[in-house]
Amino acid sequence: MAKTIQSPLPGTFYRRPAPDQPEFVAEGGSVAAGDTIGLIEVMKTFHEVTAEQAGSNIRFSVENEAPVTAGAVLAEMD
Amino acid sequence: MSVKVIKPGLLTTVQDLGRPGYFHLGIPMGGAMDRLAMRSANLLVGNDEGAAGLEAVFMGPELEFTQDALVAVTGADMPIFVDEVEQPGWTAIAVKAGQRLGFGFLRSGARAYIAISGGIDTPPALGSRSTYAIGALGGVEGRAIAVEDELPIGRASGKGRAGASVPQALRRGPGSPAELRMLPGLYWHRITEAAQKGFFEDEWAVAPEADRMGYRFRNGRPLEFVEREQPFGAGSDPSNIVDGCYPYGSVQVPGGTEPIVLHRDAVSGGGYFMIGTVISADMDLIGQLQPHTPVKFVKVDMDAALAARAERAALMQRIREAVG
Repeated sequence: MAKTIQSPLPGTFYRRPAPDQPEFVAEGGSVAAGDTIGLIEVMKTFHEVTAEQAGSNIRFSVENEAPVTAGAVLAEMD
Repeated sequence: MSVKVIKPGLLTTVQDLGRPGYFHLGIPMGGAMDRLAMRSANLLVGNDEGAAGLEAVFMGPELEFTQDALVAVTGADMPIFVDEVEQPGWTAIAVKAGQRLGFGFLRSGARAYIAISGGIDTPPALGSRSTYAIGALGGVEGRAIAVEDELPIGRASGKGRAGASVPQALRRGPGSPAELRMLPGLYWHRITEAAQKGFFEDEWAVAPEADRMGYRFRNGRPLEFVEREQPFGAGSDPSNIVDGCYPYGSVQVPGGTEPIVLHRDAVSGGGYFMIGTVISADMDLIGQLQPHTPVKFVKVDMDAALAARAERAALMQRIREAVG
């Protein structure tokens, strides 16, 4: 069954730590539990979104820099 | 007794009704952004309305109780759990020593208010326990709560009773689009008639950087200024004025592009013109707006503003009667 990663906060979702740096995780990549998969920007602060469990073949359901609500599914993985 | 912070949430702060009286010295009023929610939470657990509780923004903390207590959560709608059993909002909940209060994902609104019987008893600063983080004043060492903090709790009045609830019809949250009523102000004449009209026609959206100092809005058309020679002492941008006082609720528009409504932790003065002031009755609502929420400004006159204020005070009185 697919595992989901949800946004803990409303705000703007970013897939890179900075505009000139590579994505935290590439589409289709794997993550370990606790890995950062993106950032949510809100109230002038950036909050790291981490994977609660390990997974592979990650599929992002939200575009970079898209607005998200709390609880929105950011990515699914196997 | 004390409450232990297991997870702090995001910028969860101790707040009461604030410290009015120092704004002329640059120290903001502070206090809960949604005062009706803060007062209601306190009433539910038998506290004075001005007792200190927690303001949690977008995300709830996780707290462990060292003694039995009554707890109430009002404001934003997020699932509330005591040891993983879901609990109702706007209701006094009995929590036992050793139990944990936690939260699920935010459903609507932006700020939840957590009152604990006895109130949070951190040392007052300038007459208030409210946290003003930028000034390192009040709350827990002048900052947001952090993992392993032990929040001191005062003695409960014994007046609260588990199960007491604010009736659904008396709870308040934002609509969509949210409407903020504004009284045009001293500098309204600085923008053209077309811009005055456009400001109320446009649908604005809450910018993600909106916080306790001010709520910024974007997506409306830029305001067009009436031409003038800038007065001595004012900056060169047409949105600049000779420095003035900024009231709570005032709407400044730096560069004429993105309006900012100043809120509880605002700066007290500066050099941007203000097109008006959001009426006091609608300031609580701003504290419940999430980023990207659509918002319209609605023009009112002083009579309408005062009527809305009286209506809001009557609503609070009905809550007192319903809970008390």
